[in-house]
Amino acid sequence: MPGAEPTGSVERKEARLAWGLALPAVSTILLVALFPLAWTFWESLHLHDLRMPWLERPFIGLANYLEAFGDPRFRGSLLHTVFFAATSVTLELVIGLWLALSLNRAFRGRGLVRAAVLVPWAIPTVVSALLWRFMFEGQTGIVNAALMDAGLLREPVVWFIQPNTAWVPVILADVWKTTPFVALLLLAGLQNIDSSLYEAARIDGASAWRQFRHVTLPLLKPAILVALIFRTLDAFRVFDLIYALTGGGPGTSTEPIALYTFNTLLQNLQFGYGSALSVIVFLVTFGLALVYIRFLGAELLGTRR
Amino acid sequence: MSRRGWWPSVVLGLLVVASAFPLYWALLASFTPEARLFQGPSLLPSDLVLEHYRALFTQRNFWIPIRNSLIVAGSTTAFCVAVGALCAYALARLEFRGKSLLLGFILAVGMFPQISVVSPLYMLLRSLHLINTYPGLVLPYLTFAMPLTVWLLVGFFRQLPAELEEAAMVDGASRLRAFWEVIVPLAVPGLATTAILTFVYSWNEFLFALSFTLGPDRQTVPVAIALFRGMYQVPWGQILAAAVIATLPVTLLVLAFQRRIVQGLTAGAVKG
Amino acid sequence: MASVQLEQVRKVYPNGHIAAHGLDLEIPDGEFMVLVGPSGCGKSTALRMIAGLETPTGGRILIGDRDVTTVPPQDRDIAMVFQSYALYPHMTVRENLAFGLRMRGARQETIDRRVEEASRALALEPMLGRKPAQLSGGQRQRVALGRAIVREPKVFLFDEPLSNLDAKLRVETRAELARLHRRLGATVIYVTHDQEEAMTLGSRVAVMRDGYLQQVAPPMELYRRPANQFVAGFVGSPAMNFLPGQLVSGLLPTPGGELTLGIRPHDVEVVTPGAGTLDAWVDVVEPRGSELLVYLRLGGNHAGPELRAVTPPDLAIEPERLVGVRFDRERLHWFDEEGGSVDFPRTLP
Repeated sequence: MPGAEPTGSVERKEARLAWGLALPAVSTILLVALFPLAWTFWESLHLHDLRMPWLERPFIGLANYLEAFGDPRFRGSLLHTVFFAATSVTLELVIGLWLALSLNRAFRGRGLVRAAVLVPWAIPTVVSALLWRFMFEGQTGIVNAALMDAGLLREPVVWFIQPNTAWVPVILADVWKTTPFVALLLLAGLQNIDSSLYEAARIDGASAWRQFRHVTLPLLKPAILVALIFRTLDAFRVFDLIYALTGGGPGTSTEPIALYTFNTLLQNLQFGYGSALSVIVFLVTFGLALVYIRFLGAELLGTRR
Repeated sequence: MSRRGWWPSVVLGLLVVASAFPLYWALLASFTPEARLFQGPSLLPSDLVLEHYRALFTQRNFWIPIRNSLIVAGSTTAFCVAVGALCAYALARLEFRGKSLLLGFILAVGMFPQISVVSPLYMLLRSLHLINTYPGLVLPYLTFAMPLTVWLLVGFFRQLPAELEEAAMVDGASRLRAFWEVIVPLAVPGLATTAILTFVYSWNEFLFALSFTLGPDRQTVPVAIALFRGMYQVPWGQILAAAVIATLPVTLLVLAFQRRIVQGLTAGAVKG
Repeated sequence: MASVQLEQVRKVYPNGHIAAHGLDLEIPDGEFMVLVGPSGCGKSTALRMIAGLETPTGGRILIGDRDVTTVPPQDRDIAMVFQSYALYPHMTVRENLAFGLRMRGARQETIDRRVEEASRALALEPMLGRKPAQLSGGQRQRVALGRAIVREPKVFLFDEPLSNLDAKLRVETRAELARLHRRLGATVIYVTHDQEEAMTLGSRVAVMRDGYLQQVAPPMELYRRPANQFVAGFVGSPAMNFLPGQLVSGLLPTPGGELTLGIRPHDVEVVTPGAGTLDAWVDVVEPRGSELLVYLRLGGNHAGPELRAVTPPDLAIEPERLVGVRFDRERLHWFDEEGGSVDFPRTLP
């Protein structure tokens, strides 16, 4: 019977070409991402405090992690991060959805929308933080002035002195910067929905709310998921915004885990402990990503293929 | 329903005002004398001065961070787009075992929290004597820039019909020749958009720049602004002037290429 | 020009799907061979393997006398017209036509000459400087054709090139292709799902199903002597009627058994009740201009087996009437339980 197996050599050639093309990118990533991450894992299992070099660098197993769980400042930072993420992502999703729905009708000025959307997103986070700091700063910042003029405040609030009020500019700044982008994402998803579905629903007698619940929401799920995933992951990694807006203060009451880790590593020079914190940040972020992908990812893969 | 007609315009108006106000306010303040900055703000400009901008360049040498940012963001972009394009083409068009794993791996790396790799990168850069140098920033930047580039370009390449390369191959071109003659010219818009986005992300990066530079001669713009210190009080006028300048290049880029950028970002995300 | 040969060509995909089960096909030099079948039958896969865009899992492919099974497409000296034409959007029509020759390092004079000849033959001269986006569907199709002709290849491959055209243009272009084939004397392998296209264009037609060749024969033979029930039902429009053999026990050939009768609508005559082979109720009458397509139900009730008949257009016939149907005895087809034609040698499923 004739028929050698010719497929093998052709496919192998293609695979070789593919790996050749991918190699520079992959080796770069391995070098600057994977290797350092592995190193962090390893380091987290040691005692390594650069302020006390005479202690050298003994292996201490999971002691750093235990210390972290008992560390009130760490627990606090975790709480802050969760609070920040939950609040800002919820606000961004809700406002973004409202924006996207309102803007879904075709209209002139589309370029204006895009510009309005993109500029806050495009500027450095620290710059936007400073803008908002300026607006909330002092007793005569524009926010205080406006609120007092509107009769909502009798005397100016010193926003950055108390933990509760310090969160306001932080959340507002994050929402200002990223809601437009979420709105864009959802708008793109909305525009992918066939308008004939709405017409059919209207003919069937569905009210606007029902159309929203039964046509819009289900078909918008993939876009919402993507927005949720990206925003939540970003919110958990928040650093720039808080560093420049409140510095983690007053005290450490707005300090997220990324900032605490940073301080531990590069200010307190506690490399071992800081690495453990880094790993925890990594695991939390990754865990979240996995949860999302597993729990809701079937949708994404379905629409992907 | 009349509501439908003007509602979008109202929303649009609100959106524009809300987005623009903080920027407008900062712009206004950057031209206001320091003494008047906190004395009863007014919404309209009056009595504008250039003292902050002048001070930026004469006292603080703000040229230097700008130069640093341009070099670092530019190099990162150039390297990532060139190398990433090859990798993205392989992922988008060629069949090989482990393809989806590779793509998943690259995307996963893009999701790493930067803080988790700061200390080992610091050690690595220190041992290579690259702290406070340009390569010492570009190298860490590749952690997020490379996955971003590859992800965006895979999306763009996938949008090109596979039949074009097949037609080119049947016409007598080898795979690489087909890539060069047919794919690359058609991918130019995608490559440009990717370059712009990579540049914006690199320009705006803060944590690595903060960690891996030691002094003003290598600090990038975001770091320089965040670390402004005044003698007696926070120099808001200069900070805001610097902020305006810091946002200028990316704002211009974004305004010029808004349609492409939106397409690039949303196409990959929503349609997969 | 060259012949093409497939020897026991198999294609199995990594997910286990078998697109081709050991195909054996011989296409002599200059023949217009059509591969036809429903979607998923493997015809496009077979074409792509001949082109080199996919590699067979087993078997050999020869072009001329050369084993090209592992040769990449660019070295096979073939030309292909894609369903979507695949014109290079960033190049002008002239550059599109010249691309293949340029890839092979032909001399500029050769390129210019051949481009000119092809564009004259296909009336493309006014469009040479335009880009594909500025052309209509029909014009783009001609450019795709021109791109293939310019190369003067050994074999022409067509992958459903007419599916994106509207009906009228399709019929015109079909005639154009037939003329071209006659003039060039080229070896053509043409894939389509449209049986009418297959019948009108092919010197021989290969009917495929689920990765198997059902029958390879000139069109008329497929029509008159289909090898199995699938081919019988696929070729010819309106499709052949299939009836349980018992209904016409008087006509059954021997030996009997569970046979199925196949009769084409064109071979069914509508007569007065009782005067034909059977009686039937008229269900729907579809006037088609040159003929009537009549849907009938056999037996005395409305639930009997359906039968389609084609009659002259002026026949006085209306729904809800009883009529007689007469089958042309010369045109009966018989099929056994497995679908094989009773007077044909057994073929594969």
